[in-house]
Amino acid sequence: MSKTDFNAYPDEHGRFGAYGGSYVAETLMAPLAELTEAYLRLREDPEFLAELDRDLTYYVGRPSPVYHAERLSRHVGGARIALKREDLNHTGAHKINNTIGQALVAKRMGKPRIIAETGAGQHGVASATVAARFGLKCVVYMGAVDIERQKINVYRMKLLGAEVVPVTSGSRTLKDALNEAMRDWVTNVADTFYIIGTVAGPHPYPLMVRDFNAIVGREARVQVREQFGRLPDVITACVGGGSNAIGLFHAFLNDEGVRIVGAEAAGEGIATGHHAASLSAGRPGVLHGNRTYVLCDDNGQITETHSVSAGLDYPGVGPEHAFLKDAGRAEYVGVTDEEALEAFHLLARTEGILAALESSHAVAQAIKLAREYPKDGLVLCNLSGRGDKDVHTIAAREGVQV
Amino acid sequence: MSRIDRRFAELKAAGRTGLVPFVTAGDPSPAHTVALMHALVEAGADLIELGVPFSDPMADGPVIQHASERALARNVGLADVLRWVAEFRQSDAQTPIVLMGYLNPIEIHGYARFAAEAVQAGVDGVLLVDCPLEESSVLQPLREAGLQQILLAAPTTAPARMVQLCRSARGFLYYVSFAGITGAARLSTADIAARVAEVRAQSQAPVAVGFGVRDAASAKAIAGFADAVVIGSALVERLAGAEDVGDIATRAQGFLAPIRKALDA
Repeated sequence: MSKTDFNAYPDEHGRFGAYGGSYVAETLMAPLAELTEAYLRLREDPEFLAELDRDLTYYVGRPSPVYHAERLSRHVGGARIALKREDLNHTGAHKINNTIGQALVAKRMGKPRIIAETGAGQHGVASATVAARFGLKCVVYMGAVDIERQKINVYRMKLLGAEVVPVTSGSRTLKDALNEAMRDWVTNVADTFYIIGTVAGPHPYPLMVRDFNAIVGREARVQVREQFGRLPDVITACVGGGSNAIGLFHAFLNDEGVRIVGAEAAGEGIATGHHAASLSAGRPGVLHGNRTYVLCDDNGQITETHSVSAGLDYPGVGPEHAFLKDAGRAEYVGVTDEEALEAFHLLARTEGILAALESSHAVAQAIKLAREYPKDGLVLCNLSGRGDKDVHTIAAREGVQV
Repeated sequence: MSRIDRRFAELKAAGRTGLVPFVTAGDPSPAHTVALMHALVEAGADLIELGVPFSDPMADGPVIQHASERALARNVGLADVLRWVAEFRQSDAQTPIVLMGYLNPIEIHGYARFAAEAVQAGVDGVLLVDCPLEESSVLQPLREAGLQQILLAAPTTAPARMVQLCRSARGFLYYVSFAGITGAARLSTADIAARVAEVRAQSQAPVAVGFGVRDAASAKAIAGFADAVVIGSALVERLAGAEDVGDIATRAQGFLAPIRKALDA
């Protein structure tokens, strides 16, 4: 049997094997076709890529370092743990890699208005940031529940000049914000560019968002080789929609010796039903424009999810992850709220790094993996964002008055 | 000949414009959906679009989304919808029924199983908002069972694609009269007229026009150039909150009858 070339996906219809595609209303087919055509051209355009590179270097602050977390590794007592420090990017997370890219596409397509959906607010902030940077009008849709959970980020977006629209339908979280943003786009396609924040949605979004985040893995692969003289044994990242994870994973997909593990939000435990682990506990279905693993009931209704981290609180997942799971190239496991919080504290105390609650799921998984390998083993973990935004959530959960 | 084809042939022979109301199954009351369907027919409906509630109705506006949420709050599922269609069919063998909704409930139910059960219940067609022609291969079991896939066309549809849609259209082609969500109030009649004329010239199937039709006047304006008029959000809005079967029927009548009259005038 010939080896799978994971760089060959998606195909021209945006399909990753059985997943992906464009499951959208007829009114979106033309704008998606326009976007696909523009993006496929731009991704090969040296001028566009040079402009993107300049902004990633001088505005975002790339490359982000790979940091050998020696005290954490020693504390755990297993393999060496290295962290890809996406938390050090401008705005504090990997999200800006994508929003810079899409804003440049919007500019090239002559769209003066951008819209975005956001869960934790990180993608909203990253969108508002690049809108200010490029002089674009910006509207961010955010679930009313998430607005309550992430007040600081809401204010941050407003400071950056964006309009934040609360979404009060459905479960009032990320998926409802996505529905609302999609509606805005259908209605205002002529002057509006929709910046999707994760590797989900209809083609070409899973491809485009992956491309813009893939710099994480490309850099890390080189950096790890320089520092450790070898590739990692295993790489891990948290998976909500899955953009930081695919960003790290993609450069390693064809490295057969590198094991790949995605950490999903198991919330209060998968058995309790209060979780957001679409790949571990869901089934193939169709949501938000693509076929992928979804969390739904036997009537096909999408179920409400739970995670301590708003950014992982999503009932679907990017179609490329669904494909990698079925192909056996990546494993997806659940990390509970408790485990993530424990990892958050451990990293804070051993390394002086406050990780985002999302990223803390990856750190928890890295710790588990480190215990499976010998001391000279190497675990690479994507530290996708910083935890400043979560300080209030953590304090409230632990009964601390700030 | 399918029930939908027969109905459009009758309309054409009589020189009438079809009236196609949309209601969400289970709203305003799961106990009275069948009675509501009969009331719609009495008020002049030629074909009924029955919405299958879905948790994430991306392409619908707030009115239909809320109807969906209300129905889901009362645990309305695909099995209920099929049961109601079967019940409706016991006393109405003529009026075509198209189930309108999203792919996931059918995907999870199983395509082959759904196809068999829907035909058994008396469903004639499906309009799956998030399943464009390009992704329609999954619906093969439905087509084989005799269900017609109603396709959508929009003002943004590119000419080459329109040719394809017109060629693939079965039952009728649903022309979305502007690029937006259901229920928004924007409509330039002259613009729609010109575009629909183009589509009708190409399409082998009749063309129904919908999205944004609110009353007798807007329906009448479209009647001049469409084979049928679809009315959704405005009707759902009118029915919202009615619990009593008599009240539901009265509201349906009161809303639809003037439109029927205007179309036939």
